[in-house]
Amino acid sequence: MKLREIAHSRTGDKGNTSSISVIAYEAADYALLLRHVTAERVKAHFGELVAGEVVRYEIPSLGALNFVLRQALGGGVTRSLALDTHGKGLSSTLLDLEIPDESPSRTTPQQDGDH
Amino acid sequence: MLLCSRFPEAVVKQVRIGAGAGYSGDRIEPAIELAEKGGLDYLVFECLAERTIALAQQAKLKDPKAGYDPLLAERFRAVLRPCRQSGTRIVTNMGAANPVAGAERIRAIAGELGLTGLKIAAVTGDDVLSSVASSDYRIDETGASAADLGDSLISANAYIGAQAITEALADGADIVITGRAADPSLFVGPLVHAFGWARDDWHRLGQATLIGHLLECAGQVTGGYFADPGYKSVPDLARLGFPIAEVGEDGSVVVTKVAGSGGQVTPATCKEQILYEIHDPARYLTPDVVADFSCVTVEEIGFDRVRVQGASGHPRTGTLKVSLGTIEGFAGEGQISYAGPGARARGALALEIVRERLALTGVRTSELRFDLIGANALHGERLSNHGGGHEPYEVRVRVAGRTDSLIEALRIGNEVETLYTNGPAGGGGVTKSAREVVGILSTLIPRERVATAIHYVES
Repeated sequence: MKLREIAHSRTGDKGNTSSISVIAYEAADYALLLRHVTAERVKAHFGELVAGEVVRYEIPSLGALNFVLRQALGGGVTRSLALDTHGKGLSSTLLDLEIPDESPSRTTPQQDGDH
Repeated sequence: MLLCSRFPEAVVKQVRIGAGAGYSGDRIEPAIELAEKGGLDYLVFECLAERTIALAQQAKLKDPKAGYDPLLAERFRAVLRPCRQSGTRIVTNMGAANPVAGAERIRAIAGELGLTGLKIAAVTGDDVLSSVASSDYRIDETGASAADLGDSLISANAYIGAQAITEALADGADIVITGRAADPSLFVGPLVHAFGWARDDWHRLGQATLIGHLLECAGQVTGGYFADPGYKSVPDLARLGFPIAEVGEDGSVVVTKVAGSGGQVTPATCKEQILYEIHDPARYLTPDVVADFSCVTVEEIGFDRVRVQGASGHPRTGTLKVSLGTIEGFAGEGQISYAGPGARARGALALEIVRERLALTGVRTSELRFDLIGANALHGERLSNHGGGHEPYEVRVRVAGRTDSLIEALRIGNEVETLYTNGPAGGGGVTKSAREVVGILSTLIPRERVATAIHYVES
């Protein structure tokens, strides 16, 4: 399944660094995020878009991870030639990450799409 | 193992503080709604991005009375009267490069509205260009010294903290206007003043910083920048209400908004904003405190009411971050659209033609970018074609480049425009632009090198 099924995400920027949160809709799925959404996988997912390191911070009290991606914004918002200079769309791409369908919150029939 | 401590609640009084803007160009009416119906003690407008202040410095160089936020007059005309009626005090960084001129403008607007006796405080001291310009302060991004920037350095503004704002409010200011104050400090200042917290009460300063962080982007905590149809629905975004924090003396907070306004305040909207642009959640550096958000919890306690708690803080650092504006040449851009069968192939051909034309005509660029909007512009070929790719109905060709001169930057857009009559079939809708690039770098300055001052005017 896609990460989007169990988590939501927001991107922010500071200089040439992008920061992306990944937040479990259900607390029970936080363990799944911890296991499968590693800094290495995030770095590989973005590939050539991120020249620098990817660091992961864990916030268990929010059921969330926070990723910091260095050298990810074409030199930074003010000088980047990119269409999306802030990299605002990076969170949507991260939610496309494929993860194993082991979600405790999805073992019962899923409610309709409106979380 | 993280240690999350809980502090006892002992609310002796409450402060209501709202956010009237999350960036310079933000909507106007939500602040009017807050001023009229929010029952606020304080209304804060955060309007200053990294690049904005560098551009404002340039404006001030051309005109000594300019350099404050371009929407200052419109915002103050909209909220001054209702704020006066409800006793709501205003704090903002709309002063940008010229808080003193901004304060004068606010006084003039108050006069036009017949509002007398308003005390307006302008906070200065964030402009540290003269002490940075020829210094050996190290640039974070490049490792070079500030002096190496030479004439390309056009602005240097230190992120100042809450202290001067607190002092101005203690002196009876109804309105405090700053330049480059740190975003959360605009909220920390009023809270420290209202509750009389000590300047080294790191725990409460950490909590106040969390409150500022939750509110500083205004609509981003009330359902803005959140909706994802089918997954996350938000009602009535066209009438999005801006946030109110109900703060207790112990630093506890409930985030809410005006009843009946659009949007929503939920644990999920608060979580996204808590982590927004935070790097290490345990060490969020501001001029006031090293805030610790690593143990924060959110709890829905009513409709559009979320309690956020668990923030803390550690002693502030000895340095302030300085934002440096530098002239970095020019950027030019052109766009043109292709549609229908073969749109992508014609767009790709157009890109190849422009690439060759720029080389043939000797346009010197230090960086060039060739995008097909609708196909690969945001995240490149690999991620865009994930899942087999697709043939878009329409694509928009985009060529952008960096040059040393404005003339060369203009030629990039021109080479896209000439595709009309010289390029592939069916190209239409050309737009082109060229601009000077103001880059932003950063350095650190010892705290004692930055001296703030407060100037008062009265309407």
